[in-house]
Amino acid sequence: MNPSAKEDPVRKIDRREAIRYVSALLGGVAFTGGARLFAAIESDGAATPRTAGDFTAEHVAFLDEIAETILPATKTPGAKAAKVGAFMALMVTDAYGPEEQTVFRDGMRRVDSAMREQAHVSFMKATPEQRLALLVELDGEAKRVMDARAAKADDDKTQPPHFFRMMKQLALLGYFTSEIGCVQAQRYVETPGRFDPCVPYSPGEPSWARHA
Amino acid sequence: MVQAAKYDAIVVGSGISGGWAAKELTEKGLRVLLLERGRNVEHIKDYVNAVKAPWEYPHRGGRTHAMEEAYPVLKRDYPLNEKNLAFWVNEKECPYTEVKRFDWFRGYQVGGRSLTWGRQSYRWSDFDFEANAKDGIAVDWPIRYQELAPWYDHVEKHAGISGSLEGMAQLPDGQFQPAMPLNCGEELIAGRLKDKFGGMRRIIPGRTANATQALEGRSACQYRNACWLGCPFGAYFSTQSSTLPAAAKTGRLTLKPWSIVTEVIYDKDRKRATGVRVLDAVSDQWTDYQAKIVFLCASTLNSTWLLMRSATDVWPEGLGSSSGELGHNLMDHHFRCGAEGTLEGLDDKYFYGRRPTGFYIPRYRNLFGDKREYLRGFGYQGSADRIGWARAVKELGLGAAFKDEMSTPGPWVFGATAFGEMLPSHANTVGLDTTKKDKWGLPVLKIDCATGENERLMRKDMVLDLAEMLEESGAKKVKTWDTGSYPGMAIHEMGTARMGRDPKTSVLNAHNQVWDAPNVFVTDGSCMASSACQNPSLTYMALTARAANFAVDELKRRNL
Repeated sequence: MNPSAKEDPVRKIDRREAIRYVSALLGGVAFTGGARLFAAIESDGAATPRTAGDFTAEHVAFLDEIAETILPATKTPGAKAAKVGAFMALMVTDAYGPEEQTVFRDGMRRVDSAMREQAHVSFMKATPEQRLALLVELDGEAKRVMDARAAKADDDKTQPPHFFRMMKQLALLGYFTSEIGCVQAQRYVETPGRFDPCVPYSPGEPSWARHA
Repeated sequence: MVQAAKYDAIVVGSGISGGWAAKELTEKGLRVLLLERGRNVEHIKDYVNAVKAPWEYPHRGGRTHAMEEAYPVLKRDYPLNEKNLAFWVNEKECPYTEVKRFDWFRGYQVGGRSLTWGRQSYRWSDFDFEANAKDGIAVDWPIRYQELAPWYDHVEKHAGISGSLEGMAQLPDGQFQPAMPLNCGEELIAGRLKDKFGGMRRIIPGRTANATQALEGRSACQYRNACWLGCPFGAYFSTQSSTLPAAAKTGRLTLKPWSIVTEVIYDKDRKRATGVRVLDAVSDQWTDYQAKIVFLCASTLNSTWLLMRSATDVWPEGLGSSSGELGHNLMDHHFRCGAEGTLEGLDDKYFYGRRPTGFYIPRYRNLFGDKREYLRGFGYQGSADRIGWARAVKELGLGAAFKDEMSTPGPWVFGATAFGEMLPSHANTVGLDTTKKDKWGLPVLKIDCATGENERLMRKDMVLDLAEMLEESGAKKVKTWDTGSYPGMAIHEMGTARMGRDPKTSVLNAHNQVWDAPNVFVTDGSCMASSACQNPSLTYMALTARAANFAVDELKRRNL
């Protein structure tokens, strides 16, 4: 970001945000291009738990719990029901670069060791409250790190993001593009049949999920 | 070598231009051979992903290492996407050489890029056709708007262009179906902008080749916004939905996929083409096809490639090279820069349906008394939308309340990218690279093209003007962006066989005939003498229809 950004009301937006406008026009793909993190990749929702690359079923279960802590079952099913853990494993395997993969895996280990330090229990055995407390902390840390990086004039965009930024991104992407995320958390209409350019909206009504 | 049946006309390429040539020529009574280098794609049946739900894709539409490895060019921008990979060229089989970076995004199949195009359809005006002459740049266009206007009418009616009548001299109105309206976020800014900047900067509904009323064999748009997967309703214009069925209906069309045309066969005594030489992409068998006229619609760079390989016994640099301009003056649009802002006061508004277009801000720079330090201008294309769950990534938060909030729409954001004109320059060239061969042993194209100082100066306005408009219109958190633009990225490549008034300085005459072979017509983007800033496909359609009807008349007059 421009160091003079404070005085300048006109601020820069990043490439991913920019792509929204172009892709909306040229095909409507919300997340494509540059950052691998936004290479939308998901498990196919098959009934059997999927593993990818070096990720074991235990790793997938671990990622399911991270995703479920970020996006728990509420009035709609949570990330685990949407098989987000398998998605995260597939994503890291098929689309992340080697450095990003290392940061992500180290991050998984750090989540577990931090939980043991904090609550003397493994992440898998911790209560939902204990998990939430830890991930809230890591969420804050990730935001501080990433905001500080973005504020630097010479921010190296090829540097892997903070591991929890990756986890959160993958959890959000995996959940909100899953069938549960599209149809239950959001609203999805395969063939709308018409376009109403302006309709009333009441707070709490879900978003429209995208198609292509 | 197989000698095949004789046709009245051969059309090379089945994309937007080739489809129009085939339709017009067959409807005028000619027996037409339509040659396509790639596979057949049957309308609807072969749109294999068109009705898949987002969650049904093994990779949910994204890109993997394997995809990036297979598509080293396509991966440079948004087109690399699992959902429509089958509509992009196999880059390993069809390489090219970049002297400077040039992103060439190709579609080698029946329908070409008419299957995947952005569908924005804008007429040119005399501000565009007169620009080269007035600025003393390149060569004057040999035609003016009045000559093309009836052909714009003709193609718009059949293609099905939705748009609004605006009465703007720089963006002439056409034969439109009802527009896809602006949404409430766009209306808000459009309304506030009306009284500012002397009313010169206007936001209008994007004019798009998506039918809003049913046409023969085609349903009206169902607002799925999945066009680039192929439309099961035939609602957007493509060769398959529009021109191919019209041509087939005449009973005079022969379509041959897997047919790589390698040369226009030229009779130097008669100064006419006699047909084309074809390499079967599957069997490797060569066949010569004969015809009275040949239409080259193989796409901007490939039609020029074909000319360069033809009549080399007469002109070593190929058919149409006597002017010294064949392969020169390559252009694209430059884009990927603009601004965005947040809209307030609309939290109780949303929309229904996925509209496959957005808004357009027609060019206003260097028009009506405005004078900038650069030539020509740009338009904006964008949309307003309520931000979805993606806003959650950078914000603090997780857990139950966070999830439920992120399942609902966030603030309205209005944003756009500019599309700017790129000046023609003799220095921007393509040529044959005989050191590199494609899968069939054919030499590939070498591209040497870059934007210049005029584009650089224009780009400042492209970024700052929209930010200024947004701030004047009361948008908040206004931010600019510029992600850089390399030639080719806009997929509006044009030029390299330009039209003109003089055979000494142009490749084609006012009717798209090669000066040195009047029965060879080039009507795709190759023919363009300048790029304007409007999306070019509608103009290719009109030029093709005009040239095809002229060709039939000339045949009747025995002039070809």
